[in-house]
Amino acid sequence: MIAFLIRRLIAFVAVMFCVVSITFLAIRISPGGPFDRERKLPDAIEKKLLEKYRLDGSLWEQYTGYVGDVFLRGDLRDSTKYLNRSVGEILAQTLPVTMTLGASAFCLAVVAGTFLGVAAGAGKGTWKDTLAMLFALVAVSLPSFIIGPLLILFFCIWLGWLPVGGWGTPQAMILPTLTLAAPYVAYIARLLRGSMAETLGQDFIRTARAKGLPERVVLYRHALRVAILPVISFLGPLAAHLLTGSIVVETIFNIPGAGGFFVNSILNKDAFLLGGVVIVYCALLVLFNLIVDLAYTVLDRRIRIDG
Amino acid sequence: MADVRAWRRFRQNKVAVASALILLLMAAACAIGPCFFPESHTQPSATSFSPPTLTHPCGTDLNGRDLLYRILTGGRVSLIVGFFGAAVSLIIGTAYGLVAGYVGGRVDNVMMRVVDILYSVPRLIFILVCIGALNARLLEFASEHRIGWLVSYSRIVILIFSLGVIEWLTLARIVRGQTLALKNRPFVTAAVSLGQSHIVILLRHLLPNLLGVIFIYLTLTVPAVIIDESFLSFLGLGVQAPMASWGSLLADGAGSLNPIKIRWWLVVFPAAAMAITLLALNFLGDALRDTLDPKETAK
Repeated sequence: MIAFLIRRLIAFVAVMFCVVSITFLAIRISPGGPFDRERKLPDAIEKKLLEKYRLDGSLWEQYTGYVGDVFLRGDLRDSTKYLNRSVGEILAQTLPVTMTLGASAFCLAVVAGTFLGVAAGAGKGTWKDTLAMLFALVAVSLPSFIIGPLLILFFCIWLGWLPVGGWGTPQAMILPTLTLAAPYVAYIARLLRGSMAETLGQDFIRTARAKGLPERVVLYRHALRVAILPVISFLGPLAAHLLTGSIVVETIFNIPGAGGFFVNSILNKDAFLLGGVVIVYCALLVLFNLIVDLAYTVLDRRIRIDG
Repeated sequence: MADVRAWRRFRQNKVAVASALILLLMAAACAIGPCFFPESHTQPSATSFSPPTLTHPCGTDLNGRDLLYRILTGGRVSLIVGFFGAAVSLIIGTAYGLVAGYVGGRVDNVMMRVVDILYSVPRLIFILVCIGALNARLLEFASEHRIGWLVSYSRIVILIFSLGVIEWLTLARIVRGQTLALKNRPFVTAAVSLGQSHIVILLRHLLPNLLGVIFIYLTLTVPAVIIDESFLSFLGLGVQAPMASWGSLLADGAGSLNPIKIRWWLVVFPAAAMAITLLALNFLGDALRDTLDPKETAK
């Protein structure tokens, strides 16, 4: 177990190193610099700025300097766009917002997806099943930038029930969460429907039913415990999709999260801010995958993690 | 024989046939529809934000352009990027998966690890780097060689290639798995013992057996690429104004949503065009999986 964790940690550092390198080199190689303006800055000033942000010297020097700062000193440096704000500071302000949105969408996707999937899988061929799967097909097919604006139009503008955008109140969270979670509610429902239908045909379910257990207990306590495994292994990718998805959802609903900075830092050639956002995103992804692997062993005793 | 059976089963599936018809109609409308608009509709005019009327069935946008015309021309971009981007990913993914599965051993191992690593690279960054790094070069190349169309469509060409290049990973895995399963079958052994070259075995014996899987996956990749393109255009990173795609039209519509002036047509019509296309593609993909699935036809 400990050996497994150590191996994961080494792989984690390696992945981070690759991602940071690729990101930094790519954005520095692509044309255009962080201080390009409509009117070109005087050379002396631009040189001074590059020096201040340690972007002078050869590409190799810049790269080694940056990677050294990040991995040896844990310094993400200052944003080249947002004056006098460090990348760490920007992340500290925006990440909680993104995480709240992501976490609430995650919970919604898992809970609603599970209920829908169990209902559909247990009643395969009934109207419940048809309805759930029709919803799932629509929700899986349509991206958030179709669903989001339509939801705003309907709930905020025609009905006037919810605020159009912004962040901070519980009402403002409802539509972004719904928009972000919808495709994954559907995906989980589909996954679970398949595995549920398969599990319900097995012997231990017949035994449970023969014991006279109520159907609810059979479904949720016995069958779900086995049928949920494919869903569990989807949770890692789910977290990844939610993180990327939140970029669009934050743009649609004007939410002050890290996603907006991600896009802007690319447009502004803000290498350090982009690097910081990418590091955090990748770290989260790897962490989620690790948690999923651990959860797998807890749920299914047949899988052992070998050291 | 199996093809005839699959075709018959496909025709009996009403949803699939309807989806295919809708897709053909949508493609035809986008391809030739814009030719029938009078010039007053295709250019900016003074009637901005007109709600749907008889002359402008979908209303007009900020610059007084007819929204239906914009949706159809935007659909051209979205559909072209979707199909050609999927085609690029198809070629890369199939070639990569075939080679990895056929050669096997250490080469296979390394090739699949590369796929694993590429999976973990944030795709958005990759596309943006492609656009940033290649666009200027391509424009330069186009103006140097006087390729007029390339100058105006450089963004689209780059989108097609960069989206194709990021969407091939899953297909490579699928094709590799199928190739692994196929290469130990007697007909491949027979081909080897007849002394046929590797290229012939790959293209004449293995590839035809993979076409069903590839075709099914194509119907999943096209909507994925259309969504990717719209996602980029929605964020303002894809096609650039005045050119439109469904994504950028939706972004315009979403940006003009406010409770004081309700301009619903700017959202509803682009959303509907895109939703219909995506749903039809997905229904078609589902139906094809049912009719072409190799497991099914083996029965």
